[in-house]
Amino acid sequence: MQINSDKVLKRVLFASSLVILLIGVAILISLIEGSMPSISKMGWKFLVSSKWDPTQGSEHYGALAFIVGTLMTSVLALIIAIPLAFFTSLFIAEYFKGTKLGAVVGTLVDLLAGIPSIIYGLWGFYILCPLVVKSGLSPQGFGIFTSSLILAVMIVPYATSLSNTAIAMVPNELKEAAYSLGATRMEVIRTVILPNARSGMAASYVLALGRAMGETLAVTMLIGNADVIPHSIFSTGNTMASVIANQFGEASGLQLSALIEIGLLLFIITTIVNAIGKYIIKKIGQ
Amino acid sequence: MNHSMAVEKKYSSLSSIRYRKTKDRLFKGAVMFFSFITISMVFLIIGTLLIKGYRQINWAFFTQVAPDTFSAMMAKSSGQIIPGGIANGILGSLYLVAIASVLSIPIGILIGVYLSENSEKKYAGLIRDIADILQGVPSIVIGLIAYIWIVVPVTRSYSVLAGGVALAIMMLPLIVRSTEESLKRVPNTLKEAAIALGTPYYKVIWRVVIPSAFSGLMSGILLSVSRVLGETAPLMLTTLGNPNINWNIMKPGSAVPLLIWQFYNNPNMVDLIWSSTIFLMGFVLLLNLTSKWIEAKRKK
Repeated sequence: MQINSDKVLKRVLFASSLVILLIGVAILISLIEGSMPSISKMGWKFLVSSKWDPTQGSEHYGALAFIVGTLMTSVLALIIAIPLAFFTSLFIAEYFKGTKLGAVVGTLVDLLAGIPSIIYGLWGFYILCPLVVKSGLSPQGFGIFTSSLILAVMIVPYATSLSNTAIAMVPNELKEAAYSLGATRMEVIRTVILPNARSGMAASYVLALGRAMGETLAVTMLIGNADVIPHSIFSTGNTMASVIANQFGEASGLQLSALIEIGLLLFIITTIVNAIGKYIIKKIGQ
Repeated sequence: MNHSMAVEKKYSSLSSIRYRKTKDRLFKGAVMFFSFITISMVFLIIGTLLIKGYRQINWAFFTQVAPDTFSAMMAKSSGQIIPGGIANGILGSLYLVAIASVLSIPIGILIGVYLSENSEKKYAGLIRDIADILQGVPSIVIGLIAYIWIVVPVTRSYSVLAGGVALAIMMLPLIVRSTEESLKRVPNTLKEAAIALGTPYYKVIWRVVIPSAFSGLMSGILLSVSRVLGETAPLMLTTLGNPNINWNIMKPGSAVPLLIWQFYNNPNMVDLIWSSTIFLMGFVLLLNLTSKWIEAKRKK
């Protein structure tokens, strides 16, 4: 009786683990299946052409403009986010480590991750866009730059969370040894903390980049939705995620399949970026 | 000889104590400055919502469904507050989260138990990797998947079910990983004591391991609910939106973020945006902070 119930539970647990495995595999298969019409029609041109034309009769789908848009917004967002994240994690995990103030700032940064994407989008649209117009950076306020600013704020909590752990884990003995030699705090950070926490911080920046690539609604509201390769960081564009959100409602047939293929690409790219991040983390653990 | 003198000279000027202290102070200034910018974003965003939206918040806002464009326009042109509210969205959101929770929480906890009980196996590592991959999949792609799996073959129209499935796929990896993390922290001695008393394995899990990790599980569940509650993009591809309260799982439903999106796209309704976002934000932050509070209490 006992042996039996044990076996049953073990089987139930194993069976449930199969569910997530199946979901993972099925997502990939469904995306590939849904993209087939577009893959067979467009072939490699899908990746290298920047012409996106859903007009009946002259349909042509190339996703290059959106791939470039995604890379531009996410990389720019990361560049803006890194100084914020770098100094904020030093605040939390070094300067005010273990204090109330450090904990409060940590919680506030975490809250940034809890704010829904649509609220970031609204804030960007009503507050940030007018500021960008006023500063003369772009006439309409929308575009890559505005999207990247908001994305940067959105990914800061992802870029700090692992960095905090990495910085906090640097052994006190090492820091004390440096202090005892007369090093200033900044010198301790540069010569002791950073070399030890470097990979953890790098991993968290990579994971933050993965987040930025997949962000949808805030970017959709701010990027200006132009199906062309952006010629500067102040021009409008579209990302892979935003073009799906924008055109899905009216899409059918080949256009729908092309949008699903963009989803497949986005899935592959974000998975690779996240895998790199996880790989760095795993290497640190060893 | 010449070289070492040059080096000495360089260091004597660069490493003068005053220079190093100034650099140290400047660096600390940068730490304070950038941290201040980061946290001020939280206050700027929440403050904007409160200032712009408090006027619209009243009792009817929570009990009535969203107004039609015409009555919104009339109210707007006569300078009154817009009638109606977001009741359809609130109920719709709760409905979606309930479906997603039923679909994801039990199975997620089982998978989490499996991972913590078999943590050394290679297969468990694979499952863990898949959970991490799923967690990183952009929400819009999850929306596409729920559209392909549910909207097209099952409900044959945009539906609450499809939205619930999309949110469930997003919640699942969060539940799995938080369950595993909190079960790992249950001391082995507890389990061993129960096993030594001859307790069957399922009872050890059900009566010993899960209860001692209960607060951890709760905090993980609350956090995952707070994450999906504000999701908009996947719902645009699945539940679509509905001007009325809808309990039919096979038909389109509403949700607070979908209503906000609708108000944003309708010039007559923009005044309703901010009150709706106050509600959404308040709800999400409440769940988020409760989850953190449980977690912090447990750690003590």
